[in-house]
Amino acid sequence: MSEPHGPAAIIVAQASPGTLPAASGVEIAVPAAEAHGSNFPPFDVHTFPSQLLWLVIAFAALYLLMSRVALPRIATILEERHDRIADDIEEAGKLKAESEAAAEAYETALASARAKAHGIATETRDTLAAEAETRRKSLEADLNVKLAAAEVQIAATKTAAMANVRGIAVEAAGTIVNTLIGATPAPGAVEEAVDTAIKG
Amino acid sequence: MASGSVIDPIHQFQIIKIVELGQPGGIELAFTNSAAFMFGIVALVFFFLTFATRGRTLVPGRLQSMAELSYEFVASTVRGSAGNEGMKFFPLVFSLFIFVLTANMVGMIPYAFTVTSHLIVTAALALVVILTVIIYGFVRHGTHFLHLFVPSGVPAFLLPFMVVIEVISFLSRPISLSLRLFANMLAGHIAMKVFAGFIVMMTASGVVGWFGAVLPLAMVVALTALEFLVAALQAYVFAVLTCIYLNDALHPGH
Repeated sequence: MSEPHGPAAIIVAQASPGTLPAASGVEIAVPAAEAHGSNFPPFDVHTFPSQLLWLVIAFAALYLLMSRVALPRIATILEERHDRIADDIEEAGKLKAESEAAAEAYETALASARAKAHGIATETRDTLAAEAETRRKSLEADLNVKLAAAEVQIAATKTAAMANVRGIAVEAAGTIVNTLIGATPAPGAVEEAVDTAIKG
Repeated sequence: MASGSVIDPIHQFQIIKIVELGQPGGIELAFTNSAAFMFGIVALVFFFLTFATRGRTLVPGRLQSMAELSYEFVASTVRGSAGNEGMKFFPLVFSLFIFVLTANMVGMIPYAFTVTSHLIVTAALALVVILTVIIYGFVRHGTHFLHLFVPSGVPAFLLPFMVVIEVISFLSRPISLSLRLFANMLAGHIAMKVFAGFIVMMTASGVVGWFGAVLPLAMVVALTALEFLVAALQAYVFAVLTCIYLNDALHPGH
């Protein structure tokens, strides 16, 4: 705020125009307003109407420009940003819910698949077990039949063998008797003796 | 400052007529340096705010941040003092704040005229505030607005005194509002000018004076910083007090 002039006088108090000694070539310009009123500009009543007039016009213009143009403009920007942030948060929340739902669906699908797999396994095992059981039973029945047949055959063979044994015994007894006494016994007597011996 | 050669601390407040507009009804009217600065301030504020927000970007740049910051600062001040209902006065408070702030700041430019260093200007601004309070108060609340001057829960014999005190305190508001701003700007600018004048005087007196001038120079630097603070602070104080007074218009009665 300093003025780069040479030798200068400083006047702290109110300056009375015209009474100042002009210090070495420095001149004091006396503005027109000072000529007929207060020397202190802020208290110079003559300037008040002009200042008021222009202040009213300027401030009214400022108020209109602010309230009609500038402030709604900034308000719109702030509102848009606010809305955008709110939208983004909402979108994020929606996406999160969606991903959670997807995770849940995945879990459900996994559980049902697991249950299904378990069911299939059980079913297969049961089927296989039943099949094995049937096969085992039929095999057993088969074997029983074969066993019975074998037993019958054994019995038949045994009977046949026993019959053969009697014949052999009768023949052998005849031969032995012939050898011992030189006479051939009557076939009926030999058979009777052999039967008696077998039974005894 | 333009015409004088003397270091005159008062000279910076001089109203200079640029265009004389005659004297309708015996009243002097002229387009003055003060008027020029007023319009300059309005233009500066308007072009700054519109230029800063020209991009309307979602992520603000530096200038847009400043514009948004000023908006939100004033908006939060209004909301804090007068509530959400007070937001209908937001354009007024914002205009007052930005006008006073810009006038104070422009006044800090060397050789610039400080519009707010004139009592008539600050008084007119304070009157705008107080008339808004009175008119809105009566329109909104009718005679109930007068409850502002009648504190509740006061004994009957004290009531006349209380009413007188309340009325005086209400009437002193525009005076204190205008004088505070005016006196701060005036005194600060005079102090800076006086100390700056000391520098010129001392350097003129020779080599010793060159060293002696260091002290007032340091003082001027400190005062300049202080004045910037005062310029911003007084604009804020003006806005806050405006909000508090408007709150009375919205919610009269204690």
